[in-house]
Amino acid sequence: MEKSKISIRDLNLYFEKQHILKNVNIEIPENQVTVILGPSGCGKTTLMKTLNRLVDLHDNARFSGSILFEGIDILHPATDLVHIRQKMGLLSQRPTPLPMSIFGNVAYGLKLKGIRHKKNLAPLVEKYLREANLWEEVKDRLNDPAIRLSIGQQQRLCLARGLAVNPEIILADEPTSALDPISARIIENQFVELKKDYTIVLVTHVLRQARRIADYVVFMYLGDVVEQGPAEAFFNNPTQEKTKEYLGGAFN
Amino acid sequence: MMWWRKFEERLFYVLMIFSTASLVILLLVILLSIFLKGVPYLSWEMVSQTPKGGYYFGREGGILNAIVGSLYLSAGAVFLALVFSLPLALAMNIHMRTYKRTLHVIRFVLDLLWGIPSIVYGAFGFTLMIYLGIKASLLAGIITVAIFILPIMVRAMDEVMKNVPVTLLESAFSLGSTRTEVAFKVMLRQTLPGIITAVLLAFGRGIGDVASVLFTTGYTDNIPTSLFQQTATLPLAVFFQLGSPIPEVQNRAYAAAVILTLIILIISIATRLLGRGYNKTRIN
Ligand SMILES: Nc1ncnc2c1ncn2[C@@H]1O[C@H](COP(=O)(O)OP(=O)(O)O)[C@@H](O)[C@H]1O
Ligand SMILES: [Mg+2]
Repeated sequence: MEKSKISIRDLNLYFEKQHILKNVNIEIPENQVTVILGPSGCGKTTLMKTLNRLVDLHDNARFSGSILFEGIDILHPATDLVHIRQKMGLLSQRPTPLPMSIFGNVAYGLKLKGIRHKKNLAPLVEKYLREANLWEEVKDRLNDPAIRLSIGQQQRLCLARGLAVNPEIILADEPTSALDPISARIIENQFVELKKDYTIVLVTHVLRQARRIADYVVFMYLGDVVEQGPAEAFFNNPTQEKTKEYLGGAFN
Repeated sequence: MMWWRKFEERLFYVLMIFSTASLVILLLVILLSIFLKGVPYLSWEMVSQTPKGGYYFGREGGILNAIVGSLYLSAGAVFLALVFSLPLALAMNIHMRTYKRTLHVIRFVLDLLWGIPSIVYGAFGFTLMIYLGIKASLLAGIITVAIFILPIMVRAMDEVMKNVPVTLLESAFSLGSTRTEVAFKVMLRQTLPGIITAVLLAFGRGIGDVASVLFTTGYTDNIPTSLFQQTATLPLAVFFQLGSPIPEVQNRAYAAAVILTLIILIISIATRLLGRGYNKTRIN
């Protein structure tokens, strides 16, 4: 059994009275790609936002349980949110470049950490743009506004921006759903590449994508974790009826 | 029933043309009447000299006192209002995001303040002056006008900031920004054109308003050299000089009206152009 990076224990989350995450228990293994599967509306995005406490931006969210990460409970009221968020890069469904240049986007997180001068920033910006497989395409126009990039490039820029904060975990919420197939494949391959150094949690609704890159799979349905396990076992010998139906394409 | 639907369509088309045309004609008539009266007196002397022999009786000189006074007053008021309204608008949309009820109250109060006629602000400014023991002056006018344009500025910024996609803020937070960093490094940049628009809007409202400066700035032939001196303003230059029996003085009032209108026109056009640029560069 691999070492687990994050342990989610008895997590319950409500929006108002609506029970969104129901007694969720997941062990996310270190340096692997954990894929979260499930039909839309089952709570995948909410789960991701609970991991880095972005749910705090919603006034109507209430949660209980614990999420253990490096000996701290992420859900504890006294947790330093800036600290845990810097440990987790987030890629969302649509790329969200910050309103600044390509360079500025990647440098943003570095500057927050106190790295200031352009001569210190430039080599790091290059390093992370390379890690996100974007450097060659943008090296001659680093000062262009980030929104001039194509959607696929923007998503890789967001990846580079997230990596620059030097996280240990990458949370990716359907990061390829707004992308063309080629850009999607680039991102996908990048994840396989990156899992040597990072723990990756990927939400997807594309079964084929899950089969290609998952090491560990969590299947959710209406807020419940129906089944979870190593990808091999999950895809070849699912134990739950719901899982079999889902893998058979019943929900698509 | 087909004839009825066709008739309806036709009717509304005619109504639409009619109302649009009346609006445009109304604007043109107003502009034309002011410009016809005022433009002939727009000489170099008019815009480069202060009134000679008293603004109410003197036949010589121009309205430089009012032009410069109005610019000082509005710039000061806009600056003062900005110092308060920018942090408030940012805090409302970032720090206080989850306090829905408090936000509701703040927005309601600001809307009420927006709706209060400026004469009430003038009266309030006057009371405040007496209370603080300052005389009618540029400073008293700046404070009064700042209070008057504050709700306008905050709400105009607030409307732009409310529309910033929450996913943008989420990604800024997910990079480990504090709320204040999100406010000043992301929200401010994202909404900068909207903020400038809000400032211009407030400037336009401030420079054109008579009632808020009526009791607070006094009126003088001179250009103020300190915050504690009285100042002339363009709206009051129109108001006071139009009442004079002397034709040359009345002409100065019309010239002041033309200049005021031109300033407002320029501001409106600038606001429009900015708004258009804004739509072009943001995709989210
Ligand atoms: N801020 C919110 N307030 C109330 N309900 C919400 C909020 N965000 C999400 N939900 C609801 O929570 C459920 C799960 O949503 P989500 O986590 O986005 O699902 P998924 O990502 O699996 O499609 C949905 O029913 C959605 O309507
Ligand atoms: Mg989702």
